[in-house]
Amino acid sequence: MKNFMLGLAAAAFATVAATGAALADGHAKAKPALVYDLGGKNDKSFNESAYTGAERFKSETGIDYKDFEIQNDAQREQAMRRFARDGHNPVVVIGFSQAAALEKVSQEFPDTKFAIVDMVVEKPNVRSILFSEHEGSYLVGVMAAKASKSGKVGFVGGMDIPLIRKFACGYVQGVKSVNPDAEVFQNMTGTTGAAWNDPVKGGELAKSQIDRGADVVYHAAGGTGIGVLQAAADAGALGIGVDSNQNGMHPGKVLTSMLKRVDNAVYDAFKDVQDGDWSAGFDVKGLKEEGVGYAMDDNNKPLVSDEMLQAVEAAAADIKSGKVTVHNYMSDSNCPAG
Amino acid sequence: METLVQLLDLTVRSAVPLLLACLAGLYSERSGIVDIGLEGKMLGGAFAAAAAAAVTGSAWLGIGAGIMVSVGLALIHGFASITNRGNQIVSGVAINFIAAGAAALLGNAWFNQGGRTPQLGSEQRFNPLELPLAETLGQIPIIGMLYEELISGHNLIAYVAFLMVPITWWVLFRTRFGLRLRAVGENPAAVDTAGISVSWARYRAVICCGILCGLAGAYLSIGVSAGFVKDMTAGRGFIALAALIFAKWRPVAAMWACLLFGFLGAIEIRYQGVDLPVVGVLPLQLMQALPYILTVILLAGFIGKAIPPRAAGIPYTKER
Repeated sequence: MKNFMLGLAAAAFATVAATGAALADGHAKAKPALVYDLGGKNDKSFNESAYTGAERFKSETGIDYKDFEIQNDAQREQAMRRFARDGHNPVVVIGFSQAAALEKVSQEFPDTKFAIVDMVVEKPNVRSILFSEHEGSYLVGVMAAKASKSGKVGFVGGMDIPLIRKFACGYVQGVKSVNPDAEVFQNMTGTTGAAWNDPVKGGELAKSQIDRGADVVYHAAGGTGIGVLQAAADAGALGIGVDSNQNGMHPGKVLTSMLKRVDNAVYDAFKDVQDGDWSAGFDVKGLKEEGVGYAMDDNNKPLVSDEMLQAVEAAAADIKSGKVTVHNYMSDSNCPAG
Repeated sequence: METLVQLLDLTVRSAVPLLLACLAGLYSERSGIVDIGLEGKMLGGAFAAAAAAAVTGSAWLGIGAGIMVSVGLALIHGFASITNRGNQIVSGVAINFIAAGAAALLGNAWFNQGGRTPQLGSEQRFNPLELPLAETLGQIPIIGMLYEELISGHNLIAYVAFLMVPITWWVLFRTRFGLRLRAVGENPAAVDTAGISVSWARYRAVICCGILCGLAGAYLSIGVSAGFVKDMTAGRGFIALAALIFAKWRPVAAMWACLLFGFLGAIEIRYQGVDLPVVGVLPLQLMQALPYILTVILLAGFIGKAIPPRAAGIPYTKER
């Protein structure tokens, strides 16, 4: 039954994708395609960021692209294979869960250029794009510590995986760099995929941190994070968004957002094929490469004082120059800052 | 003291959706219709409530839509298992999948936000209610504090949920409707012989079940959070089912079972990653497994035999 329903959904989406996207003209070398992760392209988070990047490429070059929103795991491989068979180049896939499927499909189509965001696939025709989330999290940690009056801040993660620990660890380091005595409450929502979509529990976790005195709560929890930001806003505390700019979700209640520039990564991948500059292999996008950052806009301007901004900018400059190295949790599965 | 009250407050908030779903299951199963589709009905109700609240701007229309969709799903289950005498487990599983798939699909088609509904403002939600005199009485130590922190400050649906416990008890054990409902769950043939329609009694029971599941869903999407996220019920319907077995299909015991599960959830949320005396930091996996471990232990040794209504799960056939 489930597969039948999802199959219906897939068929519906495939039709939309096929009719909605006109084919690229012969004059372009790039015929890009994009496969989103579960969550879909309007997830207000990192899939949406990928979509923004693709749209930017389209408006700048006039070259259309095709995209596909998967509805279940089985569709990953199908979508990639279909795009590759149709002669799409490059095929960019979003999310760490696509790795296994890409490993297979990239072998079947050695002439197609693939890129994957958030995971490493070691194949000669694959570009693996990774982000230094710990550096971006460090910066929002600095800002959180500056904004906190109680000296206590919180972190709510989604599923308990090393990638999310990496966010947490960078954040803790940032907080402690400003206030070594600060207390950081860290919670994970769960250990299964359901942890990405439980805003009720996310909200309760945030609430319990706020009850213990936290006045800034950072989330890296996908859909669960909606509940975190909501709980922070309801309780008069500040939230910190993640991946995309989430400042606008509760204007004046979200201190900032840790940006992960998936849009730049997608744009670059499309553009490199178009310009003939394509390279496979690792591509780590840190602060220096503007792969991560923090969001400033009209929604959070009143919350961020000049002094806070200066502190964050100084920390960013130190990381870029190499004066400060932010420990990466995934390098040794350990966080020295606790 | 402060921490304990917060913990109990959290317990109550986590227990409300479980309690509503558990009572929903109680109506259905007492009438002989096994319902593992509680999860799906909650999810459908949550989606419809958030979607209607987002479109109309009214929390009340939201809750109405949530109840309607949930009752609709309950009637599908009823049609399959009462009228057509289908397998109740299969039908319940189907309800779960239909709700999960349809909510994601319709949500994406209508709102284009990856299966989510738009963020709801405070007038589109059920906000925490301050009970009268909460602030003044809060000055009184212990009792006043309990009143202010624990009893006051929940949303309307939470109060309805706890009110439903005595109401359900009264309906089931003190009214004619309740007597017939229990009778069709124990011995439908006897009820039929008395000239009372078994199907109609069972249909009314699944409608009650749908209403309560719709409330549970609305509590999640327009009560404690502000919008629908796909699969947001996160297994609460199944925990409610466990609580129902735990409580041996009795309303007051169901409340205590749900509070117990809520308490375990609250402990997990509050003490996750906290350095506890003696035991130190407990691993997250253990914390999350606690409710299930407890269920197994208690079911295996302590609560004794849980005997379901005798006709539960068996379609009633008038003549062979």
